[in-house]
Amino acid sequence: MNDLEEFHDQPPHSAAIGFELTGTDGAACLFRLPYAEHLIGDPDTGVIHGGAITAILDNACGWAVRNHPKWDVESSMATLDLRIDYMEPAEPHIDVLVRSECFKLTHNIAFVRGVAYQKDVNDPIATSMATFMLGTPNTPRKPEAGNNS
Amino acid sequence: MKILQQLREEGRADDMQALVEHIPYARFLGVNVDQTRGEMITVMPFKDTLVGNINLPAIHGGAIGALLELTAVIQLLLDTSCEKFPKTVDFSIDYLRPGKPIETYGRAIVTRQGRRVANVRTELWQDDPSKLIAIGHGHFLLAPV
Repeated sequence: MNDLEEFHDQPPHSAAIGFELTGTDGAACLFRLPYAEHLIGDPDTGVIHGGAITAILDNACGWAVRNHPKWDVESSMATLDLRIDYMEPAEPHIDVLVRSECFKLTHNIAFVRGVAYQKDVNDPIATSMATFMLGTPNTPRKPEAGNNS
Repeated sequence: MKILQQLREEGRADDMQALVEHIPYARFLGVNVDQTRGEMITVMPFKDTLVGNINLPAIHGGAIGALLELTAVIQLLLDTSCEKFPKTVDFSIDYLRPGKPIETYGRAIVTRQGRRVANVRTELWQDDPSKLIAIGHGHFLLAPV
């Protein structure tokens, strides 16, 4: 069961970046990041910042976990690691599209890959590989005690 | 990048605060640079638009990743004299702890600098420097002057 219908309830940072879920393709999720001034990394060229690509890939991969058939809607998760390969700069003034897919979900960990592109999914601007820890605390934490944290 | 050239001409090529103020995405995140402690430290004050998990609350992994990468790039600009921004080839992030809704600090070290590519390691912490919240490492293509 997936809970992508919650997408309208995005966390503040995702909303501030301004990316949107455009649909699904089986287990994969599809997104669009509209080109925007605040995402620019190089004011001379208008190329968007690598960090913005990182943010949207992290986000998109998280949603892909929630679209996996084995995802438990009561569960929670946190990104464990994320690796991004940047193949070429995003062309300015053109939206960035992302396709993300959780290809394995185990009891503890979800494995997800993502691809960011502009015109053709087979001509990526960046790809990512992420793992997510499942069942992580989702309530305010108590102050860290000793060295156990 | 024009700003790099401009700063060099003005004899303040090391003024990284002036640089981040010219990067729209760095302004969006609210990143500042502190160069008063003998090393370059990036500072990202907390603000609501950085939140990725409203229940904890915790800073978004994307903002953490972006700060790691930005810190690496700024350190590279200080250690090399690049005419253009170094281009990220790849970047890996390990998330160690949730980012609390407080100020976040970053530092980076250029682990290996070749002629064309550099390897950089970065770490982020908050109120306790011994408790890192995220570490990152990546490769960057250089465009030396």
